[in-house]
Amino acid sequence: MKALLLRDLRLAIRAGGGFGLGLAFFLILATLIPFGVGPQPDVLASIAPGVLWVGALLSCLLSLERIFALDFEDGALDLMASSPLPLEGIVAVKSLAHWLTTGLPLVVAAPLLGLMLNLPSQSYGWLLMSLLIGTPALSVIGAFGAAITVGLKRGGLLISLLVLPLYVPTLIFGADVVRRAGQGLDASVPAFMLAGLTLGAVAIMPFASAAALRAGLKGS
Amino acid sequence: MLELNDVAVARGGITVLEGVSFQLAAGNALILRGENGIGKTTLLRAIAGLQPTVNGTIQAPDESIAFASHADGIKAQLTVRENLEFWAEVYGNASSDVDAAIQAMNLTELTNRPAAQMSAGQKRRLGLGRLLVTARPIWVLDEPTVSLDRASVALFADIVRAHLAGGGAALIATHIDLGIEAETLDLTPFKAKADVTADTSDGDYW
Repeated sequence: MKALLLRDLRLAIRAGGGFGLGLAFFLILATLIPFGVGPQPDVLASIAPGVLWVGALLSCLLSLERIFALDFEDGALDLMASSPLPLEGIVAVKSLAHWLTTGLPLVVAAPLLGLMLNLPSQSYGWLLMSLLIGTPALSVIGAFGAAITVGLKRGGLLISLLVLPLYVPTLIFGADVVRRAGQGLDASVPAFMLAGLTLGAVAIMPFASAAALRAGLKGS
Repeated sequence: MLELNDVAVARGGITVLEGVSFQLAAGNALILRGENGIGKTTLLRAIAGLQPTVNGTIQAPDESIAFASHADGIKAQLTVRENLEFWAEVYGNASSDVDAAIQAMNLTELTNRPAAQMSAGQKRRLGLGRLLVTARPIWVLDEPTVSLDRASVALFADIVRAHLAGGGAALIATHIDLGIEAETLDLTPFKAKADVTADTSDGDYW
């Protein structure tokens, strides 16, 4: 398991690994929004939570296809499935690797972008916290979408269609945490809902993804 | 060690082979032959546990099979050593096995080279080196000699012989003569009769 995690991290960081793709997209999106919306600090402050959360979600979506497609194409997924590693464990570790290379950089970059969007100062802690507890759900749910489409060439569009509806609850509660914090309200209720969504997804999705992978490998 | 009883396998919902039975004992190799598309790969995938059988039973000790398919599963960005170390760790084996495998597959000079810079034959040798670091007794090999030159085929045959001498077994689908003492099983007689039931549904619906 540790070997698989290290391998996936190494592959993501080396040339052509796609590390930074999501982060770059996030930076570009959050930088362009103020130009599009115009120099109205009030408007920016009110849309900042939504923009940051939608940006994080879309950046996450960009790299989902890579979770399994690359290993499927070069046969490594077959070999891993016939190895002593349980498929559920493989899915869980690959989701974790995806979060470490995609979700975590977004969490770290978000406060800086909040500054550009004139996010109220009391929101920064909640922004960090909501992304930290919310983005793991994006990775495990995304891995499920990637597992369902594993045998398909160019399954990226299909993954987006499958995964986006499942992302909606996380988006709603995640953005709500930041918005409430900005208005000086108690943000703990949506934060707990967000944490619950993540825990539920982390508990269930690896099993669903492993079942989807089994079906996908069988058909090839 | 490995026993198949009346096994039938399907590809894309259509049964391709049926009634396949054989036994493979420790120290022996069995060569599978048959025309393209007869279902050699499908049968080997079923034995490796990657897809279910339609009928029959496949018996082998737990955790005993190492599978090598057409695709090597090699990561181009990783070096020879990193690729093998990953598989050794997955199978819970020491890194000393990795050194032995690198030496056995004649890859010593390429140890720290990324797989992206290797030729097709060298990658294939690396892919087969993976078998050595799994330390599993039953090798299930699908066309292992593709893109190997004559010297490498001989090297590979030596490795299979050593594996058999050490109490292992090997099931190999191949078209060329490896020069290994082995029984040959021609799959042609097991080809499934034209499957009438599988095709009719489409016609009825449209």
